[in-house]
Amino acid sequence: MEKVLMKGNEAIAEAAVRAGCKCYFGYPITPQSEISAYLSKKMPLVGGTFLQAESEIAAINMVLGAASTGTRAMTSSSSPGISLKSEGISYIAASDLPCVIINVQRGGPGLGGIQPSQSDYWQATKGLGHGDFHVLVYAPASVQEMADLVIRAFDKAEEYRMPAMILADGLLGQMMEPVVFPEIRENSHDKSWAADGHKNKREHNIINSLFLQPDVLENSVKARYERYKTVEEKETVAESYLCEDADIVVCAFGASARIAKSAVAKAREKGIKAGLFRPVTLYPFPERELREASKSAKKLLSVEMSMGQMTDDLRLAINCEKPVEFFGRTGGIIPTPAEVLKKLEEMGGEW
Amino acid sequence: MNKEILLAGFGGQGILFAGKVLAYSGLEAGREISWLPSYGPEMRGGTANCSVVIGDEPVGSPLVTEPDILLVMNTPSYDKFIGAVKKGGKVFADTSMVDISSQREDIDFYGIPATGLSGENGLDGMANIILLGRALKESGLFTLEEVTAGLEKCIPAKKKNLLEKNLEALKIGMKSE
Repeated sequence: MEKVLMKGNEAIAEAAVRAGCKCYFGYPITPQSEISAYLSKKMPLVGGTFLQAESEIAAINMVLGAASTGTRAMTSSSSPGISLKSEGISYIAASDLPCVIINVQRGGPGLGGIQPSQSDYWQATKGLGHGDFHVLVYAPASVQEMADLVIRAFDKAEEYRMPAMILADGLLGQMMEPVVFPEIRENSHDKSWAADGHKNKREHNIINSLFLQPDVLENSVKARYERYKTVEEKETVAESYLCEDADIVVCAFGASARIAKSAVAKAREKGIKAGLFRPVTLYPFPERELREASKSAKKLLSVEMSMGQMTDDLRLAINCEKPVEFFGRTGGIIPTPAEVLKKLEEMGGEW
Repeated sequence: MNKEILLAGFGGQGILFAGKVLAYSGLEAGREISWLPSYGPEMRGGTANCSVVIGDEPVGSPLVTEPDILLVMNTPSYDKFIGAVKKGGKVFADTSMVDISSQREDIDFYGIPATGLSGENGLDGMANIILLGRALKESGLFTLEEVTAGLEKCIPAKKKNLLEKNLEALKIGMKSE
């Protein structure tokens, strides 16, 4: 396969096309507009639909419509735009529809800034809309993973009939790295639920998120949570690096994990036994994998481009059995390996 | 070891393009690479800069904060980044554009009047590549063959006439004193 050099945003777009995405609806926002730009050229060539909607809210509701017919559909935005989409995302989850949502995060809250951030972790994993529901959340850490995880997201969204989000950031979106794209695969998931025309051969399929009878609604939510159990059992993905004998296990996802990995390697040169644990899925959170990776650890350190939104999930995963410290930058500032190393040096030797 | 390179100047001087030439040369030569541009208001009339990491190890942070090599094409960028260069690092400055107000003793400094040279040789707008040529000669990052392969990848097929001119600029830079 040919290695090509691409921006992360472009890799997302190309991977979506290869995954069989036939409808893209979006509204421009920095730092992810290359996704729209790329798909505006590519979609017409593959018989797909590209549409720049009048707003983020319109775009997500167009995704709801397209997904209802069993069509692979995607939207993308950056932090403030994702907040606008949250109502639609809740409706899509409540309608048991698959789709892919890309968030190339920028600094917040509010309009915030346009530089890279990871401060939508809570939003993505805990509250991407009202009501009892989850979306699958994937956190790529390279341009190659931007492509690979988009393909996986389309697949898993259909397997579990739920929305999947790629939680990236401006750094990953804007950077270029070599990427290899896999061949397009045939889609093999059951779509007998799709509202794609009954042709007088079957009953109507109804896509709906309104259940006025509380018992009916409770049952539909409970059925969804049964599926989430399977998701939590089977769909966690994580990577461990030098964790086997680590005194300090650094936990970081996405772009922060790259920076943390450089810091861990430098710490090892200085005799500090550090390791890196990188969750690739943020929902479901890889709790078992973290417990395994942190067996020898005295302490955990969360490194994030936020004020420490992941630290609670780390504490829960290890039942608060070990101290969890935090180092991060926020507002669009990217932590440097030297800063993380300094924190590791401060933590070292305290036991 | 990976080399961390920072390129900086005004928007329009071809800073991002020079970075792309490095990245594509690395791709063609089978090295590990990353390329990260500055984006946003910095690109609108202010300073543009671009981080490139090249080497044999997977790239950690793509953001270069302490460059081994700095290519700089305007005074504000020189003032901003000269202090960040690693001890023993190399700095390549377009002296047609940069006022050298302060100098460091612990780095190798190369001043090349790249913008002047580009005008004299009918290669307007290619000061970036002239500067890059000198940087490649002094750093030994890539051979001329490898950069030529990188340039071929960077320049779209319908602009093939620009390839010759870029190669000419590269060679002028390599020969500059």
